[in-house]
Amino acid sequence: MVIAVASGKGGTGKTTISTSLALVTPQVQFIDADVEEPNAHIFLQPDHLIQQSAALKIPSIDLSVCTRCGLCQEICEFNALAVLPESNKGPGNVFLFETLCHGCGACYHLCPENAITERAKEIGIVESGVFQNLQDENCEFIHGVLNLNESLTTPVIKDVKKQIDSQKTVIIDAPPGTSCPMIEAVEDSDYCILVTEPTPFGLHDLDLAVEVIRKMDIPHGVIVNRSQNRHNIITDYCGKRNIPILLQIPYSKRIAEGYSKGIPLVKIDPHYIKQFQELLVAIQNHYPKDISSAQNESLLYANPHFFDENAR
Amino acid sequence: MKQIIFISGKGGTGKTVLTASVASLPKSQVIADCDVDAANLHLLLKPVIRETHRFISGKEATIDRDVCRECGECISLCRYEAISPDFFIHSHKCEGCGLCYRICPEHAISMQEKVAGEWYISETGFGEFVHARLGIGADNSGKLVSKIKQKSKSLARDNKSDYLIIDGPPGIACPLIAAVSGVNLAVIVTEPTKSGIHDLERVLGITNHFRVDTGILINKSDLNPDYADKIVSLAEMNQIPIIGKIPYLPEVFEAVSQGELPISDNGTFELLIHKAWENITSLTDTKQVEAI
Repeated sequence: MVIAVASGKGGTGKTTISTSLALVTPQVQFIDADVEEPNAHIFLQPDHLIQQSAALKIPSIDLSVCTRCGLCQEICEFNALAVLPESNKGPGNVFLFETLCHGCGACYHLCPENAITERAKEIGIVESGVFQNLQDENCEFIHGVLNLNESLTTPVIKDVKKQIDSQKTVIIDAPPGTSCPMIEAVEDSDYCILVTEPTPFGLHDLDLAVEVIRKMDIPHGVIVNRSQNRHNIITDYCGKRNIPILLQIPYSKRIAEGYSKGIPLVKIDPHYIKQFQELLVAIQNHYPKDISSAQNESLLYANPHFFDENAR
Repeated sequence: MKQIIFISGKGGTGKTVLTASVASLPKSQVIADCDVDAANLHLLLKPVIRETHRFISGKEATIDRDVCRECGECISLCRYEAISPDFFIHSHKCEGCGLCYRICPEHAISMQEKVAGEWYISETGFGEFVHARLGIGADNSGKLVSKIKQKSKSLARDNKSDYLIIDGPPGIACPLIAAVSGVNLAVIVTEPTKSGIHDLERVLGITNHFRVDTGILINKSDLNPDYADKIVSLAEMNQIPIIGKIPYLPEVFEAVSQGELPISDNGTFELLIHKAWENITSLTDTKQVEAI
């Protein structure tokens, strides 16, 4: 089963949630798909890391075969090719602007002279390693890291997801936002946890994320992080749209401090171990779909006394 | 006209709140929100939209199922897996490269321009505001960011504004690169956490490469004094000035939770923002970046 953790807004707690969920999951495979700013390794501390190159196939033009016809420049939708025709000033040239190239293969397939071959251009790396979950099992950790000064995020995410072992429970830490990278990361997941915060920013971006997830037809639920009250703008919103609230994590300076040091939530406060175990079981067994009414007092999986217990 | 952008690398460090707070200080300015994927600045600035424009970017393919004889050439050549086994094109996967359109033996495929979002010019209580909304699942290639930059710059020039204040995107890829190009100062908003420092180092890799003058603003500075010191050392090593250190302030969180700007009655936060702005202008109003 593949569970993605996404948000919309950055900084709501995706990595906090995904790493703690992974730590309580037996036989888990953890995938950090936030390839621009991967952070999960800080919390899971994987080792035995093996690197693989994530590469784009970009064109290589054989100038001795190329007739400077200019077709490649004409068909390239990304303006990555410029053809200087042959003239009395010289034999002309073909320029490739690598950072603009999307690796689509159109020029390679369509060159009438077959003057184009392809070469691999590394745009990032995929690292795989091993981390220990709370049951002390060796579990698989994979993350992608986009090379600095590269612009295309999605191909690296694709490469990271190729490592998915569908025999295991897979947890994907998605990038923020609702555009291509997030969609690539979340696509084909069996369930998506949306993490948000009870602020106007959190609500606004949650709404965008829900729109995307609904279009992708992925069952989903919400976790409210840094919650101040059991009833808040997020619980109102979710009530109206029949989206289950899976968990609320009250704001806690202690948790913030532990997070700052790179300590996973379930290790800062072991009380959360049971919460995340229950969450995992619920997702695996039920795909929670509805909460029955906007006034539903007992949020589906939150301990009703949680806020009292945590008012320290 | 000086262009000042607030970026972060890591999401959630407080970039938008700080941009809004700086923007709310009276001055001759245009404000821009280049954080186009899940844009938030408008929630605090409460703009009145004056102009709406569609943003067309790239193309996408459509298959005419009446003409298609399902030979499968398109599926085998598409590098984005955008064509389903039943010859339906997934709009969000299609990169608009046109390869399928060109190789289809039946000419059953056509290319359409993609409406990737909208951008707006608005009025706020603090100056004109250029912002956008990226369409759901749109390609966040930085083109919309570039459009916002271009429009806000020309507006600032037309208005003879002293400043262009920009809320930048998170991350380190195309949108970030497009946003920081040509600015006078990039203020990196960071937090004293292990994740924050990790991401700060990555975004510095970009700003160094593109030779963008930077300053660092440490938000939630009292969360972890050791890490705050680490950031200060990192800044010193890279000769980057510290623009400010802002501790976690409950009144700021309260105000923002209500959708209000946290600047009012000369509270601690307001004073810190004033000080940060002084530091920013002292950097942009001289040619050189000096350590503070």
